[in-house]
Amino acid sequence: MATIEQFRTCPTTGLKVHLAAENLIKANAVVAVVFLAVGGLFGLMVALTRWPAVHLLPADWFYLALTAHGLDVLLVWIIFFEVAILYFASAVLLNCRLAAPRVAWVAFALMLIGAVLANITVLQGQSSVMFTSYVPMPAAPNFYLSLIIFAVGALIACFVFFGTLVIAKEEKTYQGSIPLVTFGAMTAAIIAVFTLAAGAIILVPTWLWSIGYISDIDPLTYKLVWWAMGHSSQQINVSAHVAVWYAIAAIVLGAKPISEKVSRSAFLLYILFLQLASAHHLLAEPGISSEWKIFNTSYMMYLAVLGSMIHGLTVPGAIEAAQRRRGLTNGIFEWLRKAPWGNPAFAGMFLSLVMFGFLGGITGVVLGTEQLNLLMHNTLYVPGHFHGTVVAGTTLAFMSVTYLVIPLIFRRDLVLKKVAQIQPYLFGIGAGGISLFMMGAGTLGVARRHWDIGFADAVLRFEYPEVAILMLGLNGICAVLASLGGISYVVVVVGSVLFGKKMGESKLAAPVAPVTSTAGVVGEYGNAGTLKLPGTIVLVSVFMMAFILYYVVNWKYLSEIWPLR
Amino acid sequence: MSHSEPRQDGGEDERVPFMQRLLDNPFLLLFIGVTVPTVFYIIWGVMEIAQIPIAP
Ligand code: HEM
Ligand SMILES: [Cu+2]
Repeated sequence: MATIEQFRTCPTTGLKVHLAAENLIKANAVVAVVFLAVGGLFGLMVALTRWPAVHLLPADWFYLALTAHGLDVLLVWIIFFEVAILYFASAVLLNCRLAAPRVAWVAFALMLIGAVLANITVLQGQSSVMFTSYVPMPAAPNFYLSLIIFAVGALIACFVFFGTLVIAKEEKTYQGSIPLVTFGAMTAAIIAVFTLAAGAIILVPTWLWSIGYISDIDPLTYKLVWWAMGHSSQQINVSAHVAVWYAIAAIVLGAKPISEKVSRSAFLLYILFLQLASAHHLLAEPGISSEWKIFNTSYMMYLAVLGSMIHGLTVPGAIEAAQRRRGLTNGIFEWLRKAPWGNPAFAGMFLSLVMFGFLGGITGVVLGTEQLNLLMHNTLYVPGHFHGTVVAGTTLAFMSVTYLVIPLIFRRDLVLKKVAQIQPYLFGIGAGGISLFMMGAGTLGVARRHWDIGFADAVLRFEYPEVAILMLGLNGICAVLASLGGISYVVVVVGSVLFGKKMGESKLAAPVAPVTSTAGVVGEYGNAGTLKLPGTIVLVSVFMMAFILYYVVNWKYLSEIWPLR
Repeated sequence: MSHSEPRQDGGEDERVPFMQRLLDNPFLLLFIGVTVPTVFYIIWGVMEIAQIPIAP
């Protein structure tokens, strides 16, 4: 074992880095980025097909590309990156060796095999069942098999994470409680165990059904259990990107949480309640009672939303506290104006925070309300909402943290400084735009997953208002912007990993994404110890007002199209 | 959880507050995080579906 237990000390943060963990972080992150590139390309093609003036792909390719898009970005990119985060948050932040690196490599291999097999199977054309793969619409058996292999790999990675927590505790590599970023990653890992178990429970029988060993699968039960995976996996993303927000704030600004207790309790709300919100995907299903729907979506989901609102308060609060400590105390917003907007890690993180809240968060509560759901069920509003959460929120947060991972873990400086600096804005505006305009089109009734909304070759055609067509066009333009942002990201990352200036064991003179001298707080438990945060209070009040206003407007809208007599 | 059993923290300071003990115990949290949605979402949901009468 001696050979794999080598460490180096990070010159920037003072953390002890286990080399085996470092290699695994690199491998998982690199594969993640490759699949983001592939999946993003499919996304662009889908968006250009939905732009009526372009209508890029023929119908069969549209559904194939849509399937591949959802699979590659939502599953492969995000989960590979999350595994890298899990290893970072456990082994690196806890100064500990990674439990069972060989097992972690097996997990990596399984996930990679699953991902490649899934892509091959979808490209063969018999599995254009889209991301949800609802039965009884059949995909090729390998489609389900590949997902199972991928899920098993990811589950193993989660247990490597938990094993590392145990080792760190036993070897006393940290004092007191684990740091908040690790706690957030642990929340993600806990939700992941439920997610992947639910996935196995539903996909194994479905695979057996596809090869003829089981005669049929009840569609409603399928939906129920499938969404225990499909929705909960989004909550892995939320937990992971919130952890990433805290990590970036700590590494770039030395920010400490306002209150560890409060932030940890907010993560506890996630563990308890977030997964129940899976029920919002079944709000329109007959056959399940309103008690079940409302208990799981309204009552319990609001407790989970409370968790997110707490993080929405404490993340900017931590930043404000850190900035004020350095003397940026003029007025309400000097701390924000003089924030490091030229540092792509910080810029992306803050954009991700704002857009996740305003675009993804508010609309998620509206969609998850049983009555309001009727307004936009199965319209483009739904993908609009989740591009606010998983693209503008999670994906942008993960992109931002990459700008720190490259110098800290790959020990290379970033190349193409200007491109790196613009990238978060380009991708952020593009992603925000696709979210907003898909929601706009959806509010006007445009269906999701639809190749030809006008029914051009049908006897009875359908005309949408001009504005809806305009929305689809604007969505296409923003898709191009987001893709340029995505390409810039891939170019900077690949370029830096291959050709960036090697840093060895020294610090860089003028890095593109500068890190503060107290970055080590990311691995510590401790509070900022102040509550004087006027700027954050103003920001949060604006958010609450927007939230309430939008919520009320939708009830009003509902009352108009569904009058009670 | 096959790697190792959660450790009993009985040896440490007895007066650690309940919430902190809960938050410091990953395997207890894992147990809660899996049980709650299994009961309220999956089991309750499957029971509802099972009660739908079969078409004659
Ligand atoms: C360049 C960036 C992206 C563009 C232009 C884009 C565009 C789109 C469009 C137009 C749709 C189809 C909506 C429909 O017709 O129903 C879609 C679906 C989807 N997108 Fe994206 N997207 C991008 C990035 C992402 C990322 C990064 C993720 C996940 C992290 C993601 C997850 C999804 C999912 C899960 C679907 C639904 C697939 C389905 O209905 O089965 N997208 N996207
Ligand atoms: Cu959901």
